[in-house]
This record gives sequence, structure tokens and C-alpha cells, in this order.
Amino acid sequence: MSIILTVLSGFIFASAAPFVHRFIKEGIGWIMALLPISLLIYFLTYVPMVAAGEVTIVSYPWIPRLGVTLSFYLDGLSLLFSLLISGIGALVLIYAGSYLKEHPQLGRFNLFILMFMASMLGVVLAGNLLTLFVFWELTSLSSYLLIGFDHERETARSAALQALLVTGGGGLALLAGLVMIGQIGGSFEFSLLLQQGDRLRGDPLYVPIVLLVLLGAFTKSAQVPFHFWLPSAMEAPTPVSAYLHSATMVKAGIYLMARLTPILGGTDTWFYTVSIIGGATMLVTGISALYQNDMKRILAYSTASVLGMLTLLLGLGATATIETAIIYLFAHALYKGALFLVAGAVDHETGRRDIRALGGLRRAMPITAAAAGLAALSMAGIPPLFGYIGKEVLYEAAQKLSGIGSYVTGLLMLASLLLVAVAGMVGLRPFVIGKKGVTHPEAHEAPISLRLGPVVLAGSGLLFGLFPSLAGYWILSPAVAAVLRQPAPLHLSLWHGWNEIVLLSLATTAAGAGLYAARERLLPAAEALKGIARWGPARGYSATLNGMMRLAQAQTRLLQNGRLRIYLMIVATSAVGLAGYTLLHRDGFIGLGIESELRFYEVAIGGVILAAAFLATQTRSRLGAVTALGVVGYGVALIYILYGAPDLAMTQFLIETFMVILFILVFYHLPGLTPFSEWKRRLRDGLLSLAVGTLMFTLAYLASHARFHPPISRFFAETSVPMAHGRNIVNVILVDFRAFDTLGEITVLSVAAFGVYALLKLRLEGKR
Amino acid sequence: MISLILRTATHFLFTIMLQFSLFLLLRGHNEPGGGFVAGLMAAGGFALYTIAYDVAATRQALRVDPRTLIAVGLAIAAGSGLLSLMKGSPFMTGEWGHLRLPYLERLNIGTPLLFDTGVYLTVIGVTLMIILSLAEE
Repeated sequence: MSIILTVLSGFIFASAAPFVHRFIKEGIGWIMALLPISLLIYFLTYVPMVAAGEVTIVSYPWIPRLGVTLSFYLDGLSLLFSLLISGIGALVLIYAGSYLKEHPQLGRFNLFILMFMASMLGVVLAGNLLTLFVFWELTSLSSYLLIGFDHERETARSAALQALLVTGGGGLALLAGLVMIGQIGGSFEFSLLLQQGDRLRGDPLYVPIVLLVLLGAFTKSAQVPFHFWLPSAMEAPTPVSAYLHSATMVKAGIYLMARLTPILGGTDTWFYTVSIIGGATMLVTGISALYQNDMKRILAYSTASVLGMLTLLLGLGATATIETAIIYLFAHALYKGALFLVAGAVDHETGRRDIRALGGLRRAMPITAAAAGLAALSMAGIPPLFGYIGKEVLYEAAQKLSGIGSYVTGLLMLASLLLVAVAGMVGLRPFVIGKKGVTHPEAHEAPISLRLGPVVLAGSGLLFGLFPSLAGYWILSPAVAAVLRQPAPLHLSLWHGWNEIVLLSLATTAAGAGLYAARERLLPAAEALKGIARWGPARGYSATLNGMMRLAQAQTRLLQNGRLRIYLMIVATSAVGLAGYTLLHRDGFIGLGIESELRFYEVAIGGVILAAAFLATQTRSRLGAVTALGVVGYGVALIYILYGAPDLAMTQFLIETFMVILFILVFYHLPGLTPFSEWKRRLRDGLLSLAVGTLMFTLAYLASHARFHPPISRFFAETSVPMAHGRNIVNVILVDFRAFDTLGEITVLSVAAFGVYALLKLRLEGKR
Repeated sequence: MISLILRTATHFLFTIMLQFSLFLLLRGHNEPGGGFVAGLMAAGGFALYTIAYDVAATRQALRVDPRTLIAVGLAIAAGSGLLSLMKGSPFMTGEWGHLRLPYLERLNIGTPLLFDTGVYLTVIGVTLMIILSLAEE
């Protein structure tokens, strides 16, 4: 099996998911999980190879003329993400099968989430910038569909749109940045670009490139000031929040920054932009997490805070901080995924997510509570969990920084103690302490499918905490090496003996516990913060969106006021004005002269057409007007026959017939033909019609007489039979030479038909 | 309005129009015709049927929903282009096979005909979807 199959299989499996769901309802999650489980096993087989420093590159031509290839690249960094995506993906699918069991659209849900999984694998396995971008956008799209999964709720729809607009807008900036990298670096392939770092850093366009690429990464990874979409995205079903909005998709921005560090990193621009934005995000969202009450929103803000921390670490760019970013990313994926799934299980069993209304659940849900406790301990950085190791290397790396070491350490301590408090809020309070007197008689232990995810993820946190070199040697070292472009053996261990770091760590935990205890008393102060937050970037987003809506409304009122004759007038006037201006301005009248040879029957047909057209404007009966127009059309078809275009004529005859049929069908609904309008309006309309007619005539005449290039028809005539086995050139062009155009045309036709259908049916619905 | 003359005539015309549309579709590659015009012709037959009888009768005669026709048509048209990918040629390369039948000249059959069939079905679906929903008003 090659790497491309690991990505494509997700899409194939996804498209089958709704059909499978139609036939199998019981245990669908376990069936759906088969794919990610096999992918996980497949990726695990790569671990020894990658740990030995091997890089796998596969490449397929995609648009060879533009030098675009569909290529995949598997190194330590890709492998770490692939393992997380497939591993957590399997747990989430099993979980979702049970969590959304009663939901009639579970099949559709599985489609979306598998589509996301495949796209996300595409992002991390992409071997060139354009492949990466395509999959990047696909993750934004599938995230949109998943956030808006309960599309009947208005809040879900607007949250989905918000996420799409923010990440999609960033995606456009990213595309511009990537194209510039490709232009300057001479290639879109990572393998070649990795040698081009100095050239890019020295280019005058370096700063715009960095800003554009970072805009893409920051919007995706919810960095300040774009962080507001992530808490809103909690409208999504909980498995989605666990998977997309904590463990994988929001880390795509981190992945991108890590991936591009060897190419773009190491400059002052990079250092200041990335670390300042990262640090700001870490603190702003960390504090915001403290005054939330909804379990999912608390987790969302703390996720954004950790994403800020990872961004900060990547921005600092020292060997030790990059190592730490990768280690902490792994630790976070494990504990945060577990906590989200726990929040979902609690919501599922009690119907509540507000931590003020929850308490003492450990008696009803002992296993879930144990998993939550382990995950929370890991989040708080308490030994022997993997989170502790993460926190320890964090402080160690910050201490090593020359000059700014103590400031960074202080910032990280602040963020960490906020995380400790948050861990208490979501992992401890609903299960152990809680409010006195809150009981949940209805709560009982979640089914195995809902427990599996939290237990496995929290358990892995314990396993890797006890045996850190397991993750360190096989998975994390190769990932770090991929970012640093040099071997980076990590020596992780739980206990280094008493030193300054351990003391710092203990102090953080104690301070965090204190903060947690004092939280109730601090809440009034938080109310003031909420007042400030109301003026945050979310307000800017809605103001922009509303402004655009108002602009669109004003423009629609002006141009499309619902009266068809005004539409026609606007279209006709602009066509005449613009094309006429160009013709006059650029001396467009070339080779105009009167054709001498006119045959009798041509004149006759022309006369019939003109007479019928005139009649159409004069008749007072609608049927008469329609018939007269029909005669015009048939006359044109006759001209086609005279000039040897039977295909065109046949089509024209049929179309004219259908026009008459359509008119007759709607006849009944049309208002009676009103008396003619006053002469001024008729004069205006007449002049406009004349102008349109003259313009079209001139254009047609010019098109057939002014030749700049030899006509292509000879090529078709010569190659039609030998290359396409057909003697009817028109048809050969339609179905063979230009078949792709035809495919586009019939697609447009179908869309138009559905539009007509929707208009008519909606009107009918409205009437009832 | 029920017209016996129209209904009787429709009885014959309908069949002839459908057969003629198939004829147009199949001859299209070498003689005037092709999927688009053939689709219009077939849709014309059904339109005539709608005028002579009513929408419900046409839907029954059609057996499938026009929406399904559109979807199947587009799928066939796009799918015919995919066949060449299996041979490693670019998307939508025409692939040809040659059929030798007794007493007839050599018959060339290729994916363009399949593509044209997709166009044919899509055009029928589009036209009928518009006409039938208008007639239902």
C-alpha cells in the first residue's frame, strides 16, 4: 500500500459511510473505526524506518504543464501527526457511533468526519505546498460541515460560517504566500525547498511571505486576534470538538509553522511575530478560560491557550524550545482529547455541561471519572503523567534561553498555573468536589464506546509518563529532527533529582490549586473582563459581516428590484455602453464593407424575420407576440440550414418549440397584456433595442470578417475522422475534442434547472 | 381540455419521437444529431404527452424522476471520462473499440458515445424538470 492510498481511502470510505449506515445501525462506530485502526497500524509499521532517519517521498504528476505534482512526504513530523490523526480518529468514530446513536443523520456525520480525517492526513503528508493547500482548504470545509452539523440551530449555522470565513480568509492569504515561496524557491516541493531557506530569507519579498503564511497558520490555529472562532465552534457535536478543535485540525497551523521553520524561520521577523502573537494568545485565552462555566468552552479556551504556547515555543526557535513544542503538542493531544470526550460523556449522561450544575459524579461514573482525573492530572503537570514531563521540559527550555529566559519562564508559569486551575474545573470539580447538594440520580456510567476514548487517551498519558523514552525515542525524536534538520535524540525521564525546575513545577501546581480555590471570589473581577471582551475581535468580525450584508442589500435593491424589464435594461445598457465604447475607442471597425452577393431567398428569409419581429412589438395579443417570436427563431434556423449547419438548425427548431410550450404553460399565470406605455417610454425602449441590435450585428460581422489567425476549423476537419472516428465535426467537438467544456455546460444546465425547480416549489410552498 | 384527436395522435407521435431521439443520439457522431438535440427531442415527446394528458400521467410514463435522470446523466458523462484514466491517458481521452458484425461495415464504439448518452439523459432531465414543475403550477 502506498501513501496516496492512506489519504484516498478516507475519501472512498467517507462516500460509502451514509450507505453503510442505511443498512447497519448497531455498532456502526466500530465498523467505521476499522479504517483509522488499519491506518494506525500501517503508520506504526513506518515507525522504525522513520526513527532511523529515513524519509519517504512519492510523487504523481498532477498538472504537469504547470509543474504541479501530487506528492507525499513522510518524515518524523508527518508521522507524529499521522499517528495522532488515525489513532484519535479511531477512538472518536467509536465514540460518535454511540454519542450520536439517536441522530438520524449519523451516516452523514460519519461521511463528514472521515472526509476530515482524510483531508487532515493529506495536510500532514503533503509533499509540496500546493498539495498541502488543497487539503488545508478541505479541512476548513469539513470543519464547516461538522460545526454546522445540527444545521437546524441558528447558532450552529452562524458558528460554522464564522469558522469558515475566518479560516478560509486565512487560507487565501496562505495561498498567496505559498505561491510566492514557490516562485522564489523555484519549486513547490518540500524536498527541494528545504535547500532554499537562505535564498528565501534574503529575498525582498520575505516579509510579505512570512506575514501571509502566518496569517493562514494563525487563523487556523486560533491565535489572537482570530481566536474567537474556536469557542464558537463548540456548537459542533462533542466528538468533533475533541477531534478537530483540540487534537488535530487546530494544530494544522502549528504543523505548518514547524514544517516551514527550516525554510522561513530564524529571522527577527519570524521570531518577533510568531512569539509575540503566540505569547499573547497563550495569556488572553488562558485567562478567558477561567471565567467560563460551560465545560466545552473552558476546554476550547484552554486549547487556544496551549496553541498559543506552542506557537510561542516555535517562534523562539531555539533547539530546546522546538523540542518542547513537539513534546508538549503530543502531551496536549492526549489529555485534551480525553477531557473533551469526558465532557461529552458527562453531557450525554446528565444532559448538562455547566460546571456549576455538576458535582459528585464519581459515584455514578467511576471509570469516566478515573479517566478524567488522569487527564486532568496530566494537564496540571503532576507526576507520573506525561504532562509532567511536558511541563518540565518547558521550564528547562525557557531557562536555557539567553537573555529573555527569565521573562519567558515567568510567562510560561503564568499560563501553566491557569492550566492547573482549568484542569481542576473540568477534571476534578464535576466528579469529586462540585457544589454540595447537586445530585444526578439519572446519571449512570457511560457505555463502553463512550469510555474507551477517554480511558485509552488518559491511559496513554500515564503509560508514556512512566516510560517516556517509548514516545521519546520512536516518535518524538524523529519529529524534532524533521523540524531541526539534524538528529535530535531526546532523553526524557520522569525524575532528574531535586533541582530548580522541580521547584518551579511544584510552585506552579500549588499556585494553580490556589487560583482554583479562589476562583469563586475572583469571578466578579472577571465580569469586568467580560465587558472588555465584548469589544474584542469577535465584534469586528460581526461588524464586517453585517456591513457586507448591508452593502449587498443596498446594491441588490438598486440593481435587482424584482422588475424584469429593469434587469434587461441594465444588462443591455451596460453591454452596449462597454462594448460600444471599446469598439469606438480602439478603432475596432476593421474590414467593414457591404457583402455584394445576396441571394433572393436570403433576402426573403431576412424580410420574414424582420416582419415577425416588428409584429411582436405591435400586437396586442400575448399569444400573437409569442408566435411572432417563434417565427423569428424559425427564420434564424432556416438561415443556419442555408449555411450548412444542420445540427445547429435542428437544435434551434427544438428550442423554439420549447419556448412556445413554456410560454403556454405560464400563460395562465401572467397578468393580462396591459395597454401600451406612453410614447416616451416606448421611444426609450425602441432606441435601446436598436442600439443592442446594431451592436450585435457589428460584433457578428466583425467576428466573421476580421481574421487575425488562421481558423481552427481546418484542424477539426482534418483530424476528426483519424483521431476521433467521427464524420460529424460538430458532434466530435462536443463529445471529444471539447468534451470537458460540454461536461461543464451540462453541469451548469443542471444547476440552473435545480434553481428553477427551487423557485417554483418555494413559491408553491409559500402559497399553501 | 381533453382532446381525443390530440390524445390519439400523441399515442403514435410519442413513440415515434422517442425512437427518433434514439436514432439521433446514435447517428450523432457521423451525421447530424447528437446527445443534446436527441435529448431535446425526447423531452419534446414527453412535453407533448403532458399537453395531451397531464403531469401525473407523464411522470408515470417517465418512471424515473427527472432529478434522477440529471444525476445519472452527469455521472455517466463524468464517468466516461474516467475510463481513460485506467489506461494511464489523461482524463476524458476518447477510448475506442471496434466491432465487426457480419454484413455490416466495421463499427467503432467509444467512450464519446457514452459521454453523449450522459448528455442525452441530462438534457431530458433538465428540460422535463423545468416543464413538469411549470405545468404543476
